[in-house]
Amino acid sequence: MSVLLDNLDLFIRGFLGTIQLFVIAGIGSLVVGGVLAAMRVSPVPFLRGAGMTYVNIVRNTPLTLVLFFFAFAWNRLDIVTLPFFALAASGLIVYTAAFVCEVLRSGVNTVPVGQAEASRALGLNFGLTLSQVVMPQALRAVVPPLVSVEIALLKNTTIAAGFSVVEAGSIIPSLSERGYNVLVGGLWVALGFVILVVPLTLLQRYLERRWRVAR
Amino acid sequence: MTAVLFDVPGPRARRRNRILAVVGGALVVAFVGYVLYRLAATGQFESQKWSFILYENIQLLLLGALLATLEAFALAAVLSLLLGALLAAARLSDHAWLRAPATVVVEFFRAIPVLVMIFTIYFGLPSVGITISTLWAVVVGLTLYNGSVLAEVFRAGVVSLPRGQSEAAYALGMRKTQVMTNVLLPQALTAMLPTIISQLVVVLKDSALGFLIGYPELLFTTRTLGSQGQFDFPIIPVAIVVAAIYISMCLTLSWLANYLERRSRTRRRGTPPPTAPERVEPELVGA
Repeated sequence: MSVLLDNLDLFIRGFLGTIQLFVIAGIGSLVVGGVLAAMRVSPVPFLRGAGMTYVNIVRNTPLTLVLFFFAFAWNRLDIVTLPFFALAASGLIVYTAAFVCEVLRSGVNTVPVGQAEASRALGLNFGLTLSQVVMPQALRAVVPPLVSVEIALLKNTTIAAGFSVVEAGSIIPSLSERGYNVLVGGLWVALGFVILVVPLTLLQRYLERRWRVAR
Repeated sequence: MTAVLFDVPGPRARRRNRILAVVGGALVVAFVGYVLYRLAATGQFESQKWSFILYENIQLLLLGALLATLEAFALAAVLSLLLGALLAAARLSDHAWLRAPATVVVEFFRAIPVLVMIFTIYFGLPSVGITISTLWAVVVGLTLYNGSVLAEVFRAGVVSLPRGQSEAAYALGMRKTQVMTNVLLPQALTAMLPTIISQLVVVLKDSALGFLIGYPELLFTTRTLGSQGQFDFPIIPVAIVVAAIYISMCLTLSWLANYLERRSRTRRRGTPPPTAPERVEPELVGA
């Protein structure tokens, strides 16, 4: 207990950093992933190919390598010099977007073609088909795995600790420097993540159960 | 081709698609081109920055780093398969006193980030008098996480088999262990092999976390080489080489997983089941 109470400042700053990084990278990954998914289901072969290449390359690259690139190489390119926090958030967005894209794409593909054909036969245009027929069905297949991907993102924010960003992962090395029992400290950090992750997992399972019957 | 979103394009849609192709294509090309231009403008393609490749010692250093990565990967892969099998057996047990703790262990290790585990092991164990090498800190951390994930994969594979399989085996007079090892496991493993291999890709990717505690694997070596002034700090060229190594290794494994999945799908007799939604499991996101 004393490990937690003596270093409360460290824990609070750490977990606040984690939550900030999670919210920013979460929103960013949804936006970039959405654009990528739009490319992957577009009627233009070149854009489909570009989206597929991005997804295949990024999904097979370690996140540590992506963050490594942003932390050590980005500022050498002289484009815009960014602080470490923004660099870590960009790395997480670049990485997570590939997985978001796959979830969105496979969600759209779960809707049977007949649904769209029937709605076009009824005279609905592209916008109406998308908003009234395809999306309501695709959303059910998309949201539960999307929550899973964002949970993974929450856990992955710890890796930013290795690149000079203050967040929950960096609590442990700091405790080590201050000379506290790191084994206990590590368990407290783990507990913090359990508290953050379990509600999201429960939400995901609830949505999955509730929406499974729909088809 | 009719897709869910689009009908077969008519003349107007074809024209619109062409415009979309030109505009979208130009944007993509401009983006990639700009990155390449920045790389060239900051001198990343100059020969001095790439001269490190010519030195035999550096080639050996990179090879050694690759072997270190592969060593961590191989140890963690084998151990997590073992741990996964043990935990899955416990979770499928008929005895609640075995099932309950296994469930808690699996859920706990899946909920906490791998890096927190690795950090806790590496910085924490010395305070109780156990010194652990960086290699084993990485291996143990990866094993605890991926073992728990694989336990769920194994369990799901066994549970998803039709109940008639085990009922028929029991009717033949087989014992519990026989039903499991002779009837259920062979089928479950075949069905789950693609998922298992995809999980191994995650192990390979996560082995890069060793960099953060100073395990001398590929990324660590990249950092070391990148700070060499005599090659004009070639951190981007080395990172490009290392990225190519990682991506080709992971792509090979991913391709194997896809190949096995396609094969098992076409080999199954009868009408194929309605296409189940492809699942992106949170575990497969890895790090």
